[in-house]
Amino acid sequence: MAAAPESTASNGLLGWIDKRFPLSALWRSQVSEYYAPKNFNFWYYFGSLALLVLVNQIITGIFLTMNYKPSSSEAFASVEYIMRDVNWGWLIRYMHTTGASAFFIVVYLHMFRALLYGSHRKPRELLWIFGCLIFVALMAEGFMGYVLPWGNMSFWGAQVITSLFGSLPVVGGTLVDWIRGDYVISDATLNRFFALHVAAVPIALIFLVIAHLMALHEVGSNNPDGIDIKKHKDADGHPLDGIPFHPYYTVKDLVGVMGFLIVFAGVIFFAPTFGGLFLEAPNFSPANPLQTPPHIAPVWYFTPFYAMLRAVPSFAGTQVWGVLVMGASIVVLFLVPWLDRSPVNSIRYRGPVYKIMLAIFVISFVILGVCGLKPPAGIYPLLAKICTALYFAFFLLMPWYTRLDRVKPVPERVTGHG
Amino acid sequence: MSGDNVDQVGLLAVDHGRRRMLTAATAGLGAVGVAFAAVPFISSWQPSVRAKALGAPVSVDASKLEDGQMLKVVWRGQPVVVVRRSKTVIDSLGGHNDLLVDPNSDNSLQPKYIKDSGPARARNPEYWVGLAVCTHLGCSPLAAFEPNSAFQVAGADLGQNWPGGFYCPCHGSKYDISGRVFKSMPAPRNLTVPSYTFSGDARIVIGVDEAPPSV
Repeated sequence: MAAAPESTASNGLLGWIDKRFPLSALWRSQVSEYYAPKNFNFWYYFGSLALLVLVNQIITGIFLTMNYKPSSSEAFASVEYIMRDVNWGWLIRYMHTTGASAFFIVVYLHMFRALLYGSHRKPRELLWIFGCLIFVALMAEGFMGYVLPWGNMSFWGAQVITSLFGSLPVVGGTLVDWIRGDYVISDATLNRFFALHVAAVPIALIFLVIAHLMALHEVGSNNPDGIDIKKHKDADGHPLDGIPFHPYYTVKDLVGVMGFLIVFAGVIFFAPTFGGLFLEAPNFSPANPLQTPPHIAPVWYFTPFYAMLRAVPSFAGTQVWGVLVMGASIVVLFLVPWLDRSPVNSIRYRGPVYKIMLAIFVISFVILGVCGLKPPAGIYPLLAKICTALYFAFFLLMPWYTRLDRVKPVPERVTGHG
Repeated sequence: MSGDNVDQVGLLAVDHGRRRMLTAATAGLGAVGVAFAAVPFISSWQPSVRAKALGAPVSVDASKLEDGQMLKVVWRGQPVVVVRRSKTVIDSLGGHNDLLVDPNSDNSLQPKYIKDSGPARARNPEYWVGLAVCTHLGCSPLAAFEPNSAFQVAGADLGQNWPGGFYCPCHGSKYDISGRVFKSMPAPRNLTVPSYTFSGDARIVIGVDEAPPSV
């Protein structure tokens, strides 16, 4: 103990705590002496923003549960009560509903960043898989949360999604009754979705986020050059191209937070329904099992996957194929670290083929999103079929085009200052 | 932690095979226990006794229906429709079999007496009874009974020579007035027909095959 470095020998309250809990040690290892590459750019905002939105969802969600009633006879009215009679209830609810869409925006951009700079590649495969699991948990959370207001779109959305399981052979019918707890979407379904939405999935989500961050801090952050900064260290053993997360990136991320909050507040105050994208019009009338809305579309963040579901026609007397394609569109994300065979990580040093494929992928994903919002008529079914094929082509052809693509030499040290 | 214990442990040769076997047996038993303990929790998600009781048969009086009219009742929380069909409509039912996926309802869900009734798919051809639940993803199809008109339903043009039937607004599936799905639609099967029976001229009991002793 006598030879302990000065920094760990603090006295007072902190010293008292440090002898019983590794507070200073955690702060140093995870924040003030966590060395991140110095060349992070705009794309690196979205990880910390996702964390911010998660906190927003948890806090606003806790306050919503204080006035929400998870019963099929009271749910719709209790949401209206929150909107009209609870002090600032409208603000808390709009922060939660806008937060849901914001979550998917930042997560989609965060995932796109990984594809840009090869953040999914060795040694970050498990980090990527934790991220994919977070995405799946987030989709479950978004879906069940959308059912809770018990509007007509809540009801029919739940009807469509739970029916997906019914298309599975043999167990389908039993499985659907088991998920719904009734022969239809009912009070039992609403009640259990509430339990899952406010307790089970958030707990899983928090653990997954912790695992995601632990894996990140174990292997270190990737960077826009996609190179390992630990190869060149100074006399103290710190990476030459690394800077401590705090204060450098805490300050940088705060700038991102400010920009984000300006847009976020703008949507909450001036366009909380975002033209029917964040909150759909049919959900302003209560659930009615006898009246399907003329056009069922999920919230925007599910529409690309929904479009893929619809793009596949029924075949051999079952429509399970669309369900399988939609499931595969998620499963394939988990495999990306092993599908990508490029000798380099970052798009900066990849050849034209990857750039073109990534561009096609992003455009297809956006078009699929539009197709999922539109009724299945006119040009949209054909467009959805083409874009579904392109979506899968990006992933399934990856082992070949990444290997054959021309690459540029990768620098030893990070480049640029942006 | 006395010296004696340490000596004794040191004297005994550790049987690693036995230790592994006991560890595996304990873990295995624990896993079986967890599996049994999971049964009540998994089972609690199944429809409760109350939900099952609410699935009892429903009786409908269809005598006030005119030709081309439809009524909807709720059975097991699902919309069941009763459609009254004119003689002309009934006679035209067999005329478009080549446009249908499953004209004889071989791959569709219905009681045997419905399947055996041919294109009418009904115990009494005048009244068609079926679940208004699209076989694609469970939406509720809309009535579009007027034949041969290129009219619009929910923004979709049903086309020339429309024989009359149902249109699902969610994903555009079209069914004829016996609930048989047309070709190249997202829906894989004809509309499901539940068990039902007549307990009078136009009194329909949904949810049973045989008339109850008294209604």
